Amino acid sequence: MASEAPLLQPVVTGGLILVAALTLFAGYRVIKGPTVPDRVVALDTIGTNVVAIAALFALATGEGLFVTVSLVLAIIGFISTIAVSQYVVEGDIIE
Amino acid sequence: MNAIHQLVVAALVVVGGFFLLVGTVGLIRFPDVYNRMHASSKAATLGTSSMLLAVFVYYGPEGAGLTSLVGIVFLFVTAPTGAHLISRSAQKMGVPFYGQEAEWPEEPDESRSD
Repeated sequence: MASEAPLLQPVVTGGLILVAALTLFAGYRVIKGPTVPDRVVALDTIGTNVVAIAALFALATGEGLFVTVSLVLAIIGFISTIAVSQYVVEGDIIE
Repeated sequence: MNAIHQLVVAALVVVGGFFLLVGTVGLIRFPDVYNRMHASSKAATLGTSSMLLAVFVYYGPEGAGLTSLVGIVFLFVTAPTGAHLISRSAQKMGVPFYGQEAEWPEEPDESRSD
C-alpha cells in the first residue's frame, strides 16, 4: 500500500499507534476496577479496540483477509461477554 | 488510487480514532459501572464502525469491503445487547449507583419476581 497511497500511510500508522495506546490504557480499568462488571466492561472495550486494530491493519498491509479476522474477533467478544455476564449472576453458564 | 479516495479513507480513520479516544477516556474517568458501560458501548462502537467504514471505502463493495459492512451491522446489533446484559447483571449483583438521587422506577407488582 505504501507505493500506491503515500497520503494514507502516515494516517493509518498514527491510528494504529493511537488505538494500541488506548487498548493499553483500558487495561488500567481491568486491573483497578472495583467490581467484576467494571472488568467485564473494560474487557469488552478492549475487544472492540482490537477489532479496530485488525481493520486498521487490513488498511496498512493491503491484505483484505484481516477484515475477516476482525469479524471473528467481534463474534468471540460478544459470546464471551454474554458468558461472563451469565456467570457472575447465575454462578454457572450451562446448568 | 486518487487523492480524494485517500482523503475520504483518512478522514474516516481520524474520526474513528477520535471516537475511540473519547470512549476510552470515558471508560477510565467515569465514576460508575453504568456510566462506564454507556461510554464504551456508544463511543467505542461508533469509532470501530468508522474504522470498518474506512475499510469499506478502501476495498470497494465486494470482497473485504462487503465483509466489513457485515462487521458494522454485527457490531451495531451486538454492542447494545452486551451492554444491557452487563448492566443487568451488575444491578442483580447489587452494584450501587453513583450519587444519591438515582432510583429505579417503583415496582409495579410485588408478585412478579423478574
